[in-house]
Amino acid sequence: MKRAVFSNPWLPIMLLVPQLFIIAVFFYWPAGFAIQSSFYLQDPFGFGSTYVGLENYTDLAQSAEYKRVAWFTLLYTFAVTFFSLAIALLLAVKADNVLRGAKTYRTLLMWVYAIAPPVAGLMGVMLFDQSRGNITKLFETFGWEFRLGVDYWDTATAMIIVAVWKQVPVNFIFFLSGLQSIPRTVREAALIDNRSATGRFWDVIFPLLAPTAFFLLIINITYALFDTFGVIDTLVKAEPGNNPVTLVYKVFIDGFRGNDLGGSSAQSVVLMVLVLILTIVQFRLMERRIHYT
Amino acid sequence: MADITETSAPATRATPAAPTRRRINWGVIGDHAILIAGSLFMLVPVCMVFMTASHDPVTIHREGLQWWFGEELEANFSAALFERGGFTDTVDGMRMLTNSLILGVGFAIGKIIISMMAAYAIVYFRLKFATLAFWVIFTTLLLPLEVRILPSYEVIQSMGLTNTYTGLIVPLIASATGTFFFRQFFRSVPEELIEAARIDGAGPLKFFIDILVPLSRTMIAAIFIIMFVFGWNQYLWPTLITTEEGFFTLVRGIRQIVQVIADGNAIPEYGQAMALAIIAMLPPVLIVVFFQNWFVKGLTESDK
Repeated sequence: MKRAVFSNPWLPIMLLVPQLFIIAVFFYWPAGFAIQSSFYLQDPFGFGSTYVGLENYTDLAQSAEYKRVAWFTLLYTFAVTFFSLAIALLLAVKADNVLRGAKTYRTLLMWVYAIAPPVAGLMGVMLFDQSRGNITKLFETFGWEFRLGVDYWDTATAMIIVAVWKQVPVNFIFFLSGLQSIPRTVREAALIDNRSATGRFWDVIFPLLAPTAFFLLIINITYALFDTFGVIDTLVKAEPGNNPVTLVYKVFIDGFRGNDLGGSSAQSVVLMVLVLILTIVQFRLMERRIHYT
Repeated sequence: MADITETSAPATRATPAAPTRRRINWGVIGDHAILIAGSLFMLVPVCMVFMTASHDPVTIHREGLQWWFGEELEANFSAALFERGGFTDTVDGMRMLTNSLILGVGFAIGKIIISMMAAYAIVYFRLKFATLAFWVIFTTLLLPLEVRILPSYEVIQSMGLTNTYTGLIVPLIASATGTFFFRQFFRSVPEELIEAARIDGAGPLKFFIDILVPLSRTMIAAIFIIMFVFGWNQYLWPTLITTEEGFFTLVRGIRQIVQVIADGNAIPEYGQAMALAIIAMLPPVLIVVFFQNWFVKGLTESDK
């Protein structure tokens, strides 16, 4: 850092203490505790625990159910990320095109950002309900008997639709602001070179949007992995049974319902490693961005 | 042809000899059609929930969400707000609304104060352990609370903080998002300001309070909005940490509703439930809509 700085020995430490204290107590302690307990097998009645080494991890690797949940998480994350990015990009491009009403459209398309995922999930519960859901009835006219909470893939479909609905606004905001920061001159130059609007978009505009898109990709993956907990919990009505769940949801079930502290902690650690990798990728991309701008 | 007309403004300027009679511009109409469809996709489900909140439970049980107003709007909303019981036996909507406000505002303010202080220390001071402090703080960006949920719960429980506002709010603050925002912002503040402050004899504390904080007003407002919405919408953590209904937030109350629907013994009070859902989404939605310029700015600057 090349800026003029104050030199005061104790003030910065005083300023940092609150943050460091909270992080130490509520972040590092739990995180360390998770790593530690992933090597132990907890007595279900709370009488101590025994060191089992990597057994919790090998159990995970061999568990067919864990693999199934992992596959579903992958599919779910992909679907949510893809559809919410695609829809948002389309809407942002159109909102950037129109001259009249752009502000109104922006408001209408972004306000859902503020709705809590479980509230969106409750709406999903009502709309997709097996006997009275409005969307269920709509599907019925096409001959699709939609059974939320009973059929695995029907439930998965509802989860993806609700999660996408909830995520489109964030992506829309970022894409629109990305599009609006592209200078007019660039567009006009492109207009001379290329008559086709679609061609112009993919050759000129989209590459300029790529940094935003990469950033959003990471944001969306994180969202699908972690923030959709409320959507899933409400749509399976807090009773997962045979319904599809994600890895984070499984950490929750195994830890709080199954009282399996060791297994749940091992799953937490696996997720930590996953997020670590994602973040490294993100930092790399951000660094590259700073060089360009 | 549609391509030329799509970007009508520069194109018409470039060709002044174009015929003056306006043609129907299909490209623009198509754009509007897509935008209207997108807006409806966002708007209609929430409108239906609002309409449904004005009906009696039997109608809703038979027909699902409603398309138009019924007779019970006031009754449902007042029941959702003031009637104890219904979905939660010992707590009314007002209590949950208060708790949600405490969580949202407490979280936002706590986060802003703590992260501004930390960011100030990191950006403006020559510190021995600066790099270490930086990494200690920014590692927390890696792991959302959901990932380490069970151990966090165990730690809070061992400290006896379940069913307290402290246990509800403080662990959520333990991440560096705010510090990161402010660090980026402080770094963009011109260096001449410090020089000027120094010449005027202002110390670091005076500089912080009299110059930097007022300068960051817009940034603070934007981060307040983002953090308020984040805190208000918390679900998993309040679900675990508050078992006493007196501490339930509105979003936590949604879970009770869903469980009553899942039980399916009697016809649930759907109308009241929808009213409660509307109450739960109203404050954050209003804030985001009214302060959208600040909010959008804060959100999109955060990734730089």
